[in-house]
Amino acid sequence: MSVDHITDAGKKAKGDRPYFLASEQTEQLMNITMALAQELAVTRERMDTLERLLESASIFSREDIESYVPDSEAAEQRQLWHQEYIARILRIMQQSREAIKEKQDGQPSTEDVMKDISS
Amino acid sequence: MSMQRKAPPTWDKVGKHALFPEAKHDEIARFNFLANLNMHLSSDVIPGVKEAYDGRARPQFFAQHGRDPETRHEVRALMSEDPYYQWWSALRRSTMEMRQQAGRSLVLRQMDKLNKVAASFNEGQDTLQLNDDLPLPNYVTIVDTHCMPGSYHTAEVDGDVSAGANYDSGIFVTTVGQLGSMTDGGGRAISDWLKRDHGDFKPQRILDIGCTIGHNIVPLAQAFPDAEVIAVDVSAPVLRYGHARAKALGVNNITFIQANGESLSDLANESFDLITTSMFLHELSTQSMPKILSEIARLLKPGGLSVHLEQPQYAGRPVFEQFMRDWDTWNNNEPFWGTMHDVDLEAMIGNTGLPESHQFTVAVAAKVDESIFPKTEHDSDSEDFGRAAAWNVFGAWKPTQSTKQESAA
Repeated sequence: MSVDHITDAGKKAKGDRPYFLASEQTEQLMNITMALAQELAVTRERMDTLERLLESASIFSREDIESYVPDSEAAEQRQLWHQEYIARILRIMQQSREAIKEKQDGQPSTEDVMKDISS
Repeated sequence: MSMQRKAPPTWDKVGKHALFPEAKHDEIARFNFLANLNMHLSSDVIPGVKEAYDGRARPQFFAQHGRDPETRHEVRALMSEDPYYQWWSALRRSTMEMRQQAGRSLVLRQMDKLNKVAASFNEGQDTLQLNDDLPLPNYVTIVDTHCMPGSYHTAEVDGDVSAGANYDSGIFVTTVGQLGSMTDGGGRAISDWLKRDHGDFKPQRILDIGCTIGHNIVPLAQAFPDAEVIAVDVSAPVLRYGHARAKALGVNNITFIQANGESLSDLANESFDLITTSMFLHELSTQSMPKILSEIARLLKPGGLSVHLEQPQYAGRPVFEQFMRDWDTWNNNEPFWGTMHDVDLEAMIGNTGLPESHQFTVAVAAKVDESIFPKTEHDSDSEDFGRAAAWNVFGAWKPTQSTKQESAA
């Protein structure tokens, strides 16, 4: 008998789960956020290990990281990376803003669209 | 001037043994995050709940009712509407679920190996006595205890120990190392107290009921190496793990038996000097608790001692504190916790023939484990790195003929 470890690890504990925040979905989102915070911390600790190992092997020192100055090509690449990263995370804001204008331009509701094309 | 913060021990410092799951870099990092998160919740977030109660909820209640809340149930109804309490509760529950997933993913990926190692310690040993036919009581199966998926009793495969391994790996995280590197702070607190306050008491036969992985009975077995020790539990996976763990630690005077404390008919009357339970009574039910206490009274030799390590009872405590202590009842799959802490424990134990004159309560605390919390030159002798793990010992001596006469006089 084999066990799918990934799915099995995330099983719920038997018994009703209480929700505390006014909106259950808000709380579910919070849970996703905290899990993300956890994984970011794990990544950070791994990076810290990398730095320390590289430093002990005299590849470079951590001071080199602190005093690192990107050349103009690296600077541009890193800045553009930040912009794309932010755009991905705040995608929902972009789309919510577009929705304002779309509504002002008279976009009908989904229900109205259905009625319209079915008549 | 900036305060020096205390760093909890990293998870790589947890006490290991042959049964202990092997963790990779990132699995350790995940536990480090969770331990710090638990510390943060208890040191930085939880105090705000009292502040919200005192600062806005209680005044609001008073304005409405002309009095303060009088029961923890009134406090709970009041606070469940408070956004800060809602956030702390949501974070606490979320953190527990993250810990469970992290522990399970660590253990399940190496389950086959752990089960093989356990089998190598357990095979042919008469010190592990399992019973496939033992029915699991309803209070054990109705919910998964403290949000542990599958609880202590679910086996993923035959001969499984994963529930025990998950439990063993995670306590260091949820208690931020305060039970010591071997997670045995509770058992050590009992044995330290016995040696200090009852130095002449040398139990020859010791029984632990609800032993789980044996983390609390092992230090007692080590403190009394000539004693014959019996540890019982209803759940096979944790018994398998606990037996193998004890053997791996070189502790060979414990027999682990799968049995229900409500009826230990294979054990003879008056056959134990010392009977212990650790954080066990709150896992029971109204029906079973008096039965288990009766069994204890039956099994104790005259002059013998029963000791229950538990959190204090609610009676006499401020209602806000009761409400906070009661959180686990409602939100952590500990449905009997509140009822148990309301019980008149002296009377219930008294009804089993261990009179109140022979009962006592003493506060004990886990000693700081200096192997993982090294003393620095800045620490005074009384430094305990924040609130050390602390419990009540509810004790009862079984009367001998002479003490019976004394208490009747």
